[in-house]
Amino acid sequence: MITISSRFHADSLLTWLLRLTGAAAVLVLGGIIAVLLIQSAPFMLEHGSALWRNDWQPGQARYGMAAMIAGSIVVSVLALVIAGPVAVLLAAWLRYFAPSVRRPVLTLVELMAGIPSVVYGLWGMLVLVPWINRLAPPGASWLAASLVLALMILPLALLVTDTALGQLPARYLQAGQALSLSRVGMLRRVLLPQAGPAIVSGLVLQFGRALGETMAVLMVAGNVVRWPTSLFDPVRTLTANIAVEMAYATGDHRVALFASGLLLLLVTAVLLALSWRLRGERHEMA
Amino acid sequence: MRWPDRLAGVIGALLLLAVLVPMGLMLWSLLEQGAGVISVDFLLDDPRQAGRAGGIAALLVSTGWILAVCLLVAAPMGLGCALYLSEQVPAGTRRAQWLGGTLDMLAAVPSIVYGLFGYQFFAISLGLGFSILSGGLALALMVLPLMIRSAEQALRAVPFSYRQAGEALSISRWGWVRRILIPQAAPGIAVGIILSIGRALAETAVLLFTAGYVLRRPDSLLDSGRALSVHIYDLAMNVPGGMPRAAATGLVLVAILVILNLLVRRWLHPAQGAWQ
Amino acid sequence: MIKLPVLVMALLALAGCGTREDSLVITGSSTIAPLMTELAERYEETTGVQVDVQSGGSGRGISDTRQGLADFGMVSRALKAEEGDLTAHLIGRDGIAMIVNALNPVTRLNDAQIVAIYTGEQQSWSAFGGNDAAINVVHKADGRSTQELFLEHFGLSNDRVKPDMVIGENQQGIKAVAGDVNAIGYVSIGTAIYEADAGAPLRLLPLSGVPATLEQVDQGHYPLSRELNLVSQGELSDAASEFLAFITDPGQAGIYHDYYFLPVSR
Repeated sequence: MITISSRFHADSLLTWLLRLTGAAAVLVLGGIIAVLLIQSAPFMLEHGSALWRNDWQPGQARYGMAAMIAGSIVVSVLALVIAGPVAVLLAAWLRYFAPSVRRPVLTLVELMAGIPSVVYGLWGMLVLVPWINRLAPPGASWLAASLVLALMILPLALLVTDTALGQLPARYLQAGQALSLSRVGMLRRVLLPQAGPAIVSGLVLQFGRALGETMAVLMVAGNVVRWPTSLFDPVRTLTANIAVEMAYATGDHRVALFASGLLLLLVTAVLLALSWRLRGERHEMA
Repeated sequence: MRWPDRLAGVIGALLLLAVLVPMGLMLWSLLEQGAGVISVDFLLDDPRQAGRAGGIAALLVSTGWILAVCLLVAAPMGLGCALYLSEQVPAGTRRAQWLGGTLDMLAAVPSIVYGLFGYQFFAISLGLGFSILSGGLALALMVLPLMIRSAEQALRAVPFSYRQAGEALSISRWGWVRRILIPQAAPGIAVGIILSIGRALAETAVLLFTAGYVLRRPDSLLDSGRALSVHIYDLAMNVPGGMPRAAATGLVLVAILVILNLLVRRWLHPAQGAWQ
Repeated sequence: MIKLPVLVMALLALAGCGTREDSLVITGSSTIAPLMTELAERYEETTGVQVDVQSGGSGRGISDTRQGLADFGMVSRALKAEEGDLTAHLIGRDGIAMIVNALNPVTRLNDAQIVAIYTGEQQSWSAFGGNDAAINVVHKADGRSTQELFLEHFGLSNDRVKPDMVIGENQQGIKAVAGDVNAIGYVSIGTAIYEADAGAPLRLLPLSGVPATLEQVDQGHYPLSRELNLVSQGELSDAASEFLAFITDPGQAGIYHDYYFLPVSR
């Protein structure tokens, strides 16, 4: 693009340096996958199927992660079920019903999005767990974890939805007005369906964030390895399991934890691909 | 106004409350527990009795060091990769898509996985042990995609006419990058750096098994050091009577993050900042 | 862009000349960690040698020592047969106590009752003359020596235990029980007495009728006592053996008593 000059050396050095840093990004991802694979491959080839059973007793060399996989899923699903509709409806309301408060609310929501997950967890321990404990002991539970996660993913879910609605062409609004639809009708029949794929794509990424969150869940879930049956029962997620046990795991136990890391990575990749597909292959971050 | 619209107005207001009330409660519970502890001494004293008494000075030092390592690696790497994307990879090509996909993936990787990687690679394989260096490097990898994306955005925002002007002057590529492109994009790059700092400060899971949680002022990059976020976790979970100081540390951390956020706003909307 | 390689090289140089010889890293048992932190501080004041202490469980102490991440591992139990590659250095003794909240009216439970609580056969305190409330069973995570010794003493296998909360550190167990009138847990005697002294509302229950006190552990009456060890792999470095000599010196016995452990040196 730029013509050759006398400073050829600096230029070719720059070209190479930039190429190197570009490669570095790919290398980081490759490195992460490689490390996880190298750590867990021998074990998975040998006892891969044992990982899917429902008995996690590292003390007795049993490494079935089914209950924790289920724990991760139910906790994140409930969080999304709580936060998703609130985020979508609130974003739509702010944009089409209360534009005057939209700016200040979004500013606040952006601040919320930056709050560390340990602080959400701390709030869960201080307020939520004692409150659920009075309702149905012990308190640290599936419900507590999902509520904390819901609050944690809500800000970004809201911002993503707001962006998706903002990208709709103004002519939709005009067409709706021309048809003299009520604003609710317009939203329901035109705007939300049009922005739907982009919104869902953003929510899928937030679901991934919930699945991958460690600290907030670890602090309020009770961390008992058990098939989740009641909202008030304690659960342990895959991420919390790594945080609880990695420090002292040895041998196959340690390998099993690396395998669960690999599983998390795989699920993240699948969710990301799903989010891309919904958005129509455009590689853009929320 | 028709009745569905009026109903929607009420529902929306209720939803807004449903978001604001828990948030208000969160701030209130932190203040209730922690406000009494916060003082100048809290910021200037080292923790005593596993953090139950004393302040957070040693943690501020550790956090600063970890952040410094993180930025020293992530900022140049991020800027380099962003330059590569904006200068050498034409948008829409296969390579751009692959790189973009890689970055999206890196951004989506759960932080505990960065922790696992950092623990295995930096702490064990490279022999750095539980140290500020291990923690900072693992954190650098985590914030890298954010850093790259925001720097790339800033670089791409530099008007095409500048590039044409550069070409007309037959300036070298290095000269163009150094004299025109980077200075022009500097505010945007600064925003990227601040956003990365915010993300790094908020992170805990990456640091548990890399930087470790020794509660003292580090003397070298090979010492373990506990970050503020890890301190909050440890006080809340593992220290009986640690809640007030956990909440106070949380308030300090949130205050820092809010200040960073305001800084970003000032950079992004300098016009607003002028009369504020 | 010239900055990048310079910075990377500077970082590597820093990493290269970091002096690890004059410092020690000790990780492991959360039972021993507070005591070791204090001993380390005192050692540092006397000799200037820096000692970093991190908790994480006995299993971590063993794992870190094997991987060379730690000079010593803190292990609050005797080494097992399959851990013969490590050397144990006995530094003290401790016991494991059942704890309930100080407001819980129940003051004693026999072994069968504790088994019934931990296996979920009894789920209400009313069965033991307590409040009509569900028992919040606090259990330790797998790989914690306190948990292994607890299971062994009560003849339980871990899959029979039906906990309501799984915790890692001793202090987390104390926090859980101190914060919930209906909780029951088990932790290091030393840690429990220390935290109760510091104001945590706890009650230590007698075990098989024997009060959970240091004297009982010392006289060999307490049924659930254990060794506190530092473990190492291979030859001890000079710095390591000097530290070991320092902390087992009778002059340091006072610190062990401050943390309610029995020093080996007497």
